Amino acid sequence: MNVVTPVAQVLVVAGGSPLLVGVMRQVRARLEGRAGPGVGQPWRDLRKLLRKEPITPRGTSEVFRLAPLVLAATTLVAAAASPFLATTSALDPIADLFAVVAVLTLGAVVLALAGLDTGTAFGGMGASREMTITALVEPTLLMATFALSVRVGSTNLGAITTATLHDPGRVLSPVSLLAVVALAVAVIAETGRLPVDNPSTHLELTMVHEAMILEYAGPDLALVEWASAMRLTVFLGLLATLFAPFGIAVTASPSALALAAAAFALKVTVLGVALAVAEVFLAKLRLFRVPELLAGSFLLGLLAVAASFFLA
Amino acid sequence: MTPTPPPGEPAGHRRTALTIAPADLPMHAEALLEKGYRVALVSGHDDGDRLRAVYLFTAGYPDRRVELHVPLDRADPRVPSLAALSFPSGRFEREMRDLYGIVPEDHPLPRRLVRHFHWPQGWYPMLDDAGEPPAFGDVDGPYPFRTVEGPGVYEIPVGPVHAGMIGPGHFRFSVVGETILNLKARLWFVHRGVEKLFQGRRPHEAVELAERISGDTSVGHALAFCLAVEDALGLPVPPAEQRIRAVLLELERLYNHITDIGALCNDVGYGILNTQAQRVRERLLRLNATVTGHRLLRGAIRPGGTRVRTRPEVAELTAIAMDADEIVGLALDNGVVRDRFAGTAVLTARQAEDLGALGYVARASGLAVDARWTHPFVDRGPQLTVHTHETGDVLARFLVRAQEIPTAVAVIAELLDNEDLTSPFDGARPAEAGEVASGVGIAEAWRGTIVHRVEIGRDGTLRRVKVVDPSFVNWPALPVALADTIVPDFPLTNKSFNLSYAGNDL
Repeated sequence: MNVVTPVAQVLVVAGGSPLLVGVMRQVRARLEGRAGPGVGQPWRDLRKLLRKEPITPRGTSEVFRLAPLVLAATTLVAAAASPFLATTSALDPIADLFAVVAVLTLGAVVLALAGLDTGTAFGGMGASREMTITALVEPTLLMATFALSVRVGSTNLGAITTATLHDPGRVLSPVSLLAVVALAVAVIAETGRLPVDNPSTHLELTMVHEAMILEYAGPDLALVEWASAMRLTVFLGLLATLFAPFGIAVTASPSALALAAAAFALKVTVLGVALAVAEVFLAKLRLFRVPELLAGSFLLGLLAVAASFFLA
Repeated sequence: MTPTPPPGEPAGHRRTALTIAPADLPMHAEALLEKGYRVALVSGHDDGDRLRAVYLFTAGYPDRRVELHVPLDRADPRVPSLAALSFPSGRFEREMRDLYGIVPEDHPLPRRLVRHFHWPQGWYPMLDDAGEPPAFGDVDGPYPFRTVEGPGVYEIPVGPVHAGMIGPGHFRFSVVGETILNLKARLWFVHRGVEKLFQGRRPHEAVELAERISGDTSVGHALAFCLAVEDALGLPVPPAEQRIRAVLLELERLYNHITDIGALCNDVGYGILNTQAQRVRERLLRLNATVTGHRLLRGAIRPGGTRVRTRPEVAELTAIAMDADEIVGLALDNGVVRDRFAGTAVLTARQAEDLGALGYVARASGLAVDARWTHPFVDRGPQLTVHTHETGDVLARFLVRAQEIPTAVAVIAELLDNEDLTSPFDGARPAEAGEVASGVGIAEAWRGTIVHRVEIGRDGTLRRVKVVDPSFVNWPALPVALADTIVPDFPLTNKSFNLSYAGNDL
């Protein structure tokens, strides 16, 4: 039983995700001509929030209090199970694409419930918008998953990754390219980035993700922010692992894991920087146009599935 | 059009005044409105033994201003409401009732406007014997919001405390899904008593106060105030100094318009253009500081003259305008930005006209409303064009601002260059006989037409100053434009109007 790999993955994701957010904000700041607060700012923010007293609004229930924990826990499970660093892991049997996507969705749903639990108009509004987007994103995620698993004959992430490692050429197949675009759009929507949601807005009426967590403060908010950063890392990590699994260790030796960790950090950082750069040139879509974008990504997913049968 | 001479006795710069009985008010008002006048200002006055309502009507081409003075019984002050004739006058009447207790009879919406719900009943702050404000508490009955009912309708209350740096306003949305059915904006959370603060000051001591009515419109309010004081006292202003005032007015327009252009881009998530616009704004603010010694152009305009340190460099302003033009071009080239702007929150020309909208809000809806044309204090040069658009949406309000930037620079160049542009102002004339001298000042500030009316006593102190910021007139246009718009487009729409909370809530 190899428990080193899941533990290492959790440590890398938990420790690295605020830095990823810091890098993305710094890249954006520099491209916009601002000095930026530095890469370590998200960690400093978390430290500040963790020192504050816990406070919850009157009238909220356990749903509100437990949601940050569940969100963080589901994200950590996904981080532990996915073959980010090595394909040989104690959690390999549960590293099923459906399972990982479902676990991540559970986190989003719990957060939406917490938004509803506050009883405020903003919480409800954010939850309603988040669920609308989630309902449109899930089919795309599943379609892209189908497309990738057809050839391998398994939805196990380890199996898909191993197959790609043995045959790197398939990354450039039409199936793979269609699926990567579909998945990328889904990831952007799921993690609340431009053009679907604006993570840096202060306008409460336009928010999606931020509207749900408006009532959180102190350590709870720190947990939510941290979990959100980890979700971003996990989604980008999945994208990197599925379509560019290079550097992933096939053995569990410490040196191979260290190398894999460096490769993982590099890949996720490259994807994060690319996203940050793209965001500089993107504006936020009108809310009612978001379904059009997501329908487009679903279509690409569908084409990827079709291609996987016809071009196999 | 050959205008018939306006009614009444000459009272000031192109201004006549007529004292009438309350019962005659609707007849006179209707005759003036039919001749193309608009209600520019309605103010209450406390004359000791009686109260007085003053209605100022203005019209352009040529510049005409008519005042109707209505003396009222102090024990039972009542005027017939003009709300059915002019929407803005209905709002002015509610303001006057809240501040002076002058009751507009048969008003269609006889509710509080300026005084907040928790202000004590029966206390009118502008009366001379009002005294110190009593404690809050004596609540004036329930003041409910209109409830919209139906399947799936719910309310979103927002504010008065917001997530960003915004003035205090409470917005109550009645919504189905994401579509706004009804919006009620309740403002007036921070009444400062500005008009009362003017009273008893000498005019030259009150300019600082005028500059702080609305911080981003220092020049506009200071200018309107000084024009009113000069009108009342017959103070001459050298033409060169009038031209410098017009230059300052355009400088204020420049830095505010570029700020709004950046903020509109920011509200659709296009942050890079906002940071670039902020950079341009900073250049302008530094230029302002070299010209007047103050980044917001304060301290330059005084009754009777204008004092600046240097004149602005036209070459630098031209470079800034080109910079701004590039930002505008980048915004409009982005398909998503254009999609968010176009067709969002339409205010039709008919609606704008009925509401008496002013400034870029009116111009974006196709009304060529501009006091630089209708009530000039400096002769108009050929560079001054009025930019209008027909669509009345966020894009139109964006484009009007964008086009006014190069025009403002061209106007500044012309004003600095052209000695022939003189002031149509009458110049020195003996101060009015009688107990008080009155004056009216009209200026087209960046948000729209500002009107000040002052009354100065024999002792040379201000007896009454009435301030009308265009925001007071334009605020009701916002909910009208938002009908059938979706909730996430509200912040963008609000920014495209960019109305002042401070100028509205004096």
